[in-house]
Amino acid sequence: MIRVMLPTHLRTLARVDGEVTLRINGPVTQRAVLDALESRYPMLRGTIRDHVTHKRRPFVRFFACEQDLSHESPDTPLPDAVVTGAEPLLIVGAMAGG
Amino acid sequence: MSTIRVLVGTKKGAFILTSDGKRTRWKVDGPHFGGWELYHLKGSPADPDRLYASQTSSWFGQVVQRSDDGGKTWNPPGTKPEDLMGPDGMPKGQSNMFLYDTSAETGKPLTTHQHYDGSQRPWEFKRVWHLEPSLSDPDTVYAGVEDAALFKSGDGGRTWQELAGLRSAKGHLWQPGAGGMCLHTIVLDRAHPDRIFVAISAAGTFRSDDAGKTWRPTNKGLASKYELPDPDAEVGHCVHCITMHPSRPNVLFMQKHWDVLRSDDAGDSWHEISGNLPSDFGFPIAVHAHEPNTVYVVPIKSDSEHYPPDGKLRVYRSRTGGNEWEGLTKGLPQQDCYVNILRDAMAVDQLDPCGLYFGTTGGQVYASADAGDNWMPIVRDLPPVLSVEVQTLP
Repeated sequence: MIRVMLPTHLRTLARVDGEVTLRINGPVTQRAVLDALESRYPMLRGTIRDHVTHKRRPFVRFFACEQDLSHESPDTPLPDAVVTGAEPLLIVGAMAGG
Repeated sequence: MSTIRVLVGTKKGAFILTSDGKRTRWKVDGPHFGGWELYHLKGSPADPDRLYASQTSSWFGQVVQRSDDGGKTWNPPGTKPEDLMGPDGMPKGQSNMFLYDTSAETGKPLTTHQHYDGSQRPWEFKRVWHLEPSLSDPDTVYAGVEDAALFKSGDGGRTWQELAGLRSAKGHLWQPGAGGMCLHTIVLDRAHPDRIFVAISAAGTFRSDDAGKTWRPTNKGLASKYELPDPDAEVGHCVHCITMHPSRPNVLFMQKHWDVLRSDDAGDSWHEISGNLPSDFGFPIAVHAHEPNTVYVVPIKSDSEHYPPDGKLRVYRSRTGGNEWEGLTKGLPQQDCYVNILRDAMAVDQLDPCGLYFGTTGGQVYASADAGDNWMPIVRDLPPVLSVEVQTLP
């Protein structure tokens, strides 16, 4: 199972506490995780990436295993530790504004 | 006895204020959607328990929320378990999808507008500024958005379609005001169901007489000599708010960037009614519920000093349809007050005597139960108030 940690506001919007766990069939990439996340929680569509272009929103970042994966291709496989569930994929609201 | 429900949008959440018809003791409920900007909330005139809310964030974009029980519970439309999946097996979740229409079938709308530097920029959705529910159908609601466009939903906010003909009304000459290029005012006309008025900063007012298919600018008589040297400019005016009394649908009142104006021919022409106001700059404008010639504004010192003149918060009332104004001060701070009142942050109830409400950027919501003669704060310490709407419930 893939573990995903959402920022506070998106946990509230999706009405979840703590981490979300997702089952992914096939390669575990950012795109696959976000597809599964939005399928389970449709209210998150458009809040992490654009509805149509699927580009990451500017003030949203992706981290895992102490690495910033925000600029990785959405089709790049995520680290093994995320694939095995040892580490979560962190979706983070960037530090910006007030 | 009637109940009054005041829907307050702030920079950090929504609040619902309720009172009985005496309007002296208030219950404050909230924050809803804490930490998000709530640009606007409004109830359906056809079903008062149906509320719509625009929830936005620089981080996470736009969310539309809907309540079917008067604000007790909320959901983004189309995300309840029973309507999660579309026929193709994909999740719907389209209540926050505002796609500009670029199809040839709907009038080949323009794809660029004027930017600050005079260059042309493509339309780019940023947020919903205003939600205007239909006067007759709870599932029909209009959304005014930035970059300026008008969207309509006929399914309770689950999906949205642009009324793209509006951008054909000289859209290439529209440009952002300081707050962005936003469609902030939508006025529906019960007497003419196919008529819609909108106002855009900085483009002006526009009218459709065919339910939003085609539009024309309605800005004759507006003067903006420092922004628009051409006195006959059809678009480009920074209109801040317009309003109308339902019993007199051809009479409109406008608070412009500078100037308070009136139209007696459904926007075909405008004339100034600023009269003896201490400043004719401001944002909101409202009409008394039962006296269509009684109008309210809140003068602000200037476009570079967004606070009341002399540090005195005064609502100005004209009982003559403009030009002759009286300052209303009882219960409002008359020294050291430097708040602003934004364009969507003043509203009236339907009781007799008429109640008047406004919210400030300092977080106060003031109420008057006697048409503005006396005021009291309902709350003093909310986040900056972006919008105030009022429902009068039986």
